[in-house]
Amino acid sequence: MSTGDNRRDALLIAGLGVIIVGVWLWLGSASTIQLMVSAVSYALIALGLNVQWGYAGQFNFGVMGFLMLGGYAVVLTSFPVNEAFWSSDGPNLLGRAIVAALLGLALVLAAHRVDRIGIRGRAKVFVVVVAYALAYLGYRSQIDPATVLIESEAGFVGGFGLHPILGWLVGGILAGIVAYLVGKACLGLRTDYLAIATIGIAEIIRALLKNMDWLTRGTLTVSPLPWPVPTALETGIDDATLSLITARAGFLSLLVVLIAVIFVLLQRAYAAPWGRMMRAIRDNHIAAEAMGKDVKARQLEIFVLGAFLMGIGGAMLSTYVQLFDPGGYQPINHTFIVWVMVIVGGAGSNVGALFGGVLIIVAWNMSEPVSRLLFQQLDTLVQAIGWAGIPDVDARALQMRVFLLGVVITIALRYAPRGLIPERIRRHEDE
Amino acid sequence: MTLIAASGLVAGYGGAPILNGVDLEVEPDDIAVIVGPNGAGKSTVLKAIFGLVAVAEGNVVFDGDDITNAAPDTLVPMGMSFVPQEFNIFTSMTVEENLEMGAYIRRDDFSETMASVYDMFPDLLSKRRQKAGELSGGQRQMVAMGRALMSKPKLLLMDEPSAGLSPIYMEQVFEHVQRVNRAGVCVLMVEQNARRALAIASKGLVIANGRNRFTGTGQDLINDPDVAKSFLGG
Amino acid sequence: MNELVFFINKVLVSGSVLGSVYALGAVGVTLIFGILRFAHFAHGDMMTMGAFVSFLLAAAFAAIGIQTPLPTGFIVLPFALPIAAALALSIDRGFYKPLRDRGVRPVTLLIASIGVTLMIQGLIRLFFGVSNRSFFENEAKEIFRIAVIGAKRSISFSEPQVLLIITTVVAVTALHLFLTRSRLGKGMRAMADNADLARVSGINTGEVVRATWIIAGSLACLAGTMLALDVSLKPDLAFNIVLPIFAAAIVGGLGHPYGAIAGGFLVGFAETLAVFNWSSVLRPFKDVLPDGWTLPSNLSLVPTDYKLTVAFVILVIVLLFRPTGIFKGAST
Repeated sequence: MSTGDNRRDALLIAGLGVIIVGVWLWLGSASTIQLMVSAVSYALIALGLNVQWGYAGQFNFGVMGFLMLGGYAVVLTSFPVNEAFWSSDGPNLLGRAIVAALLGLALVLAAHRVDRIGIRGRAKVFVVVVAYALAYLGYRSQIDPATVLIESEAGFVGGFGLHPILGWLVGGILAGIVAYLVGKACLGLRTDYLAIATIGIAEIIRALLKNMDWLTRGTLTVSPLPWPVPTALETGIDDATLSLITARAGFLSLLVVLIAVIFVLLQRAYAAPWGRMMRAIRDNHIAAEAMGKDVKARQLEIFVLGAFLMGIGGAMLSTYVQLFDPGGYQPINHTFIVWVMVIVGGAGSNVGALFGGVLIIVAWNMSEPVSRLLFQQLDTLVQAIGWAGIPDVDARALQMRVFLLGVVITIALRYAPRGLIPERIRRHEDE
Repeated sequence: MTLIAASGLVAGYGGAPILNGVDLEVEPDDIAVIVGPNGAGKSTVLKAIFGLVAVAEGNVVFDGDDITNAAPDTLVPMGMSFVPQEFNIFTSMTVEENLEMGAYIRRDDFSETMASVYDMFPDLLSKRRQKAGELSGGQRQMVAMGRALMSKPKLLLMDEPSAGLSPIYMEQVFEHVQRVNRAGVCVLMVEQNARRALAIASKGLVIANGRNRFTGTGQDLINDPDVAKSFLGG
Repeated sequence: MNELVFFINKVLVSGSVLGSVYALGAVGVTLIFGILRFAHFAHGDMMTMGAFVSFLLAAAFAAIGIQTPLPTGFIVLPFALPIAAALALSIDRGFYKPLRDRGVRPVTLLIASIGVTLMIQGLIRLFFGVSNRSFFENEAKEIFRIAVIGAKRSISFSEPQVLLIITTVVAVTALHLFLTRSRLGKGMRAMADNADLARVSGINTGEVVRATWIIAGSLACLAGTMLALDVSLKPDLAFNIVLPIFAAAIVGGLGHPYGAIAGGFLVGFAETLAVFNWSSVLRPFKDVLPDGWTLPSNLSLVPTDYKLTVAFVILVIVLLFRPTGIFKGAST
């Protein structure tokens, strides 16, 4: 790493700092802290994607799905216990549905092994398909009455009323478990097929969480989710602005500490033999395999780790807004934007991912007020000329950010394909 | 008059050059064969001539024109065709469509050329509506050669045409090469099967480590004890 | 009889309409994949863009007072298709070709296509807002009803739906003739089959690439316009169905146009059949059911909310088990 590179990085980071100070002067403390909470959470998510893509070259385009799982985990863990559900017949019916699901699973697994008793070829395919159909029908026969009862008598199953930070951990674990299953099935696919498959899986996760009203309240949304630090009302400060700033600053500090710890751990792992092995696998699959590395297991490991970080990030975002709204998740805002962060930051570089995360969130959120300002100026200008004004200035200004995101991807791919703070491998490792 | 001449060719795929100064001269009625050990750069000579590998130094002259680093789609109209060693047919297209693709650059009526290709490879006529990917190895090689002949080339470049074929088909390929040559096409080919290929060659070149080692008629090289010992397996 | 009519309306008509849209989109996706080897994610937004081009032209036609018995949105297609093709060509020139010339990996082009998606979507929303628009603000959407003897309901479909199915048949036939009869079409198949050999044969690959964008862009415009005529025009018109379109292309084997057409109809019918309520068809048999059996009011395979999810599930399953498409072996 040359000193020139270091100076460039320092300049870029300082520049971002100046922008944030500018935002602070313009919007004030409360809004800026709010923006930074979002930026820091996304920086963690970008770190997760950087682990998958930058370290291992995995094309996960299903970031949204893992964020949703993290968000839902917070509902399940920390939303207050729903007495109406537990006192109804719901748990009993749900229990039966789970038993039906497990029996179905056993049936399917057994069907996959019928070749042991001599059923092969087409006959086996037939048996397997019938097993899937029976398992599905069996599950549906139990879950349908359960969902009807839960939705009518209790609304939804509710949560367990535990501490939100535990919810973040559960979010990471839940995302990790799903990533394990997804990775086990999909990581063998070639890059662009993996990208399409993960987009599809994220859409399936979204459809499920959006429509399983008994579990997630679906489009009715769940709120308010509890905070791990005192909210504005709980601070005991009378001044409204000050209490808001104090509460948000408390939340932000918690995030910064957590992410600093995660960042340091990741950096150490990356510099350690584990990180070198990962790079070796990414850069030359075949050679690494020939050297006896268990490439598949390592790939899966890293996919789960990345998803774990995404799950935590998604949980943090939901906790902060105190709302879980499955209808509010969009591939643009929750998958593609994270990719832009990592591409702009520099794939393979953790500092780059953090930098990209903060930069893109600031740009994404500031593009609206900035373009509104621009549009208003333009509006006055054209009216001064005597033309008709621009209709719905505010609604249009908001759309500017989608366009901007597209422009940023295009420019980055064309002119800075390695990112602003790219991965720099030290040539002489003195270990 | 020389049909194709290369002098001092230095070429490679980016890293260290594979060819370090290769010269060759082939007359219009020649069957010229390049032989040499594995990794000597035989195929690279063909690819450098056909614009598939960048030439760093030296030049290639074809029919009086300097064609150094010209792209394939300009060389085909000038009268040069190339049969790659592998993946040399369009597997999902019929035999006839494969031949048509060989004539892609021609705007005139090419039915006569196609008839002469079927004449040369009668096996293909009955399979013309069949997908080329369904044919046997020997027949695929005929499709590949037929495709290359459709542009009515003066020079046919062939990269190891007998590779991967069973001995019967291998023998057929060499017969086809001679037949093509008798029809007035100059052939420049690379062969692993050195002794057999040199036997039909009017000109032979031995290349090792990216340089010329021996040049002569095919028969000369077979009889040369040094060549026989080092390159023809005794 | 009522039940049969219900089935025809809900499954046959909807499935053919959906299948046609998917097929037209999937052909474009699969051609681009075959020639340029990358998953063109912006294809959905190229459809939306095409629909907006037609919308603007239709508005212009209406403004100068051109009226025909057919919907104006359909009449403008001969003008809209070349514009859409030109837009597709310039998108390639501006965003994909520079990356291709640098020799980037296919997945970089996929990411670039997401950038293009966002730009198109942003621009459309910037200029047209986010509201729904209709091609039929100033003219009536004709509905055809075929009375069926012995049934209270009639088979019904709208004029745009008929036009959609007819144009799909025409477009697919034209494409088939182009690919099997014309020199350029065969060159396109050759390049999809073996790009290196195509180059070696002297095929002008730049020309083939341009032809691909022209065809894909026109088909996208056609599909987008017909879809907008059938439902309504909005900025995320086709962004939402880009995955089902990929599902269709992948089911048919990426790079294989005929597979994509079959895949389109397969996915379309799978969606409509999966959410179809079978109990309505079984109602005539309720008298013959054994005692104690009642017909549930809803007997669909999956709840209606999961209609699009059916396509995603098909997409993922095919990718996992037959990534080269389910017709492998039967055709190429």
